[in-house]
Amino acid sequence: MSPIVEKVLADYGLLTAFALVGLTMAIAYWASDKLTRGRLHGSAIAILIGLILAAAIGGKKGVADLPVLAGVGLMGGAMLRDLAIVATAFGVKLEEFAKSGVIGAVSLLAGLFTSFLVGGLIAYAFGYRDAVSITTIGAGAATYIVGPVTGAAIGASSEVIALSIAAGLVKAILVMVLTPFLAKAIGLDNPRSAMVFGGLMGTNSGVMAGLAATDPKLVPYGAMTATFFTGLGCLLGPSLVFMINRALF
Amino acid sequence: MPIYGTALLAACLLVGVSIGKLLGTLVGVDADIGGVGVAMLLLIFSSDWLRRRGLMSPPSESGIIFWGQIYVPIVVAMAATQNVRGALGGGVMAFLAGAVTVVICFALVKILARAGRSQEVSR
Repeated sequence: MSPIVEKVLADYGLLTAFALVGLTMAIAYWASDKLTRGRLHGSAIAILIGLILAAAIGGKKGVADLPVLAGVGLMGGAMLRDLAIVATAFGVKLEEFAKSGVIGAVSLLAGLFTSFLVGGLIAYAFGYRDAVSITTIGAGAATYIVGPVTGAAIGASSEVIALSIAAGLVKAILVMVLTPFLAKAIGLDNPRSAMVFGGLMGTNSGVMAGLAATDPKLVPYGAMTATFFTGLGCLLGPSLVFMINRALF
Repeated sequence: MPIYGTALLAACLLVGVSIGKLLGTLVGVDADIGGVGVAMLLLIFSSDWLRRRGLMSPPSESGIIFWGQIYVPIVVAMAATQNVRGALGGGVMAFLAGAVTVVICFALVKILARAGRSQEVSR
């Protein structure tokens, strides 16, 4: 690459990041549509491409180790990430949540604590003994957003944060792929069970793609509870769950 | 103006993270305890309060909505800048953490949905 172009890309790092990530999104959504017929959601493919690029090019800071791609680190850094995630709470209507009733709240809490518990136990089984890593990996088992938000807040290492994203991504992909096959067996054929499903699984992209492949009429019911999952997880992960883990380990 | 929305969003996050850090100091850890969650609640309640008073115009809202809509791209950027090579050794654990959780939650759907239905009947 000519030194002039290289300097422009490095100096305007954040713009380089916007362009590169935009291109990645386009490729991912194209692949989702053409290669998987929408079965795998574009967002999951895009995050997978991100992780693969980080492993292929980078070291400690992923692709941001390359000077021309340092801006990707700013785009995906704590400041903009937290800003964007808080913005997703905008327009959430608490009355909607009240409408989904007790069963919505119960399934949300059951889904979150199952994730924190199972993820944490598996982290423990693989030799992690510190509250920060155990909480972060448990949070990753909730969603690939709750993991890094929790990890960054309580000071987890980049490897542990990468693992939490990977755990959340595995969850999202499995929910997308398995839901249509398991729908009948778990009674997922009415609005009520769709709301329970959304609250338990919580992964937005997984729930929406999974329900869309099962019965598009169920999507809004699943989404209604799933939208609260990540926010509640970001609230509980670095607070209550971290405190519990800190008391235990 | 869109900047009003973005300013509100930024202010909520700054206040939320400050509260989170303060909570962290109170319990004696150098961490932000629930700051993003607090910021979300602040945004939900403050924007609702402003809307009721007619102070939330569509252009102002667009200054918040834009950021909410690029969160997946930002997560992609975040994924691309993690130490994935260092984490590859833990790939099996990450897979299990995600997969076992999904299997248990699938089983819970049936149980909870049934509990919900009997609740309805007893009403």
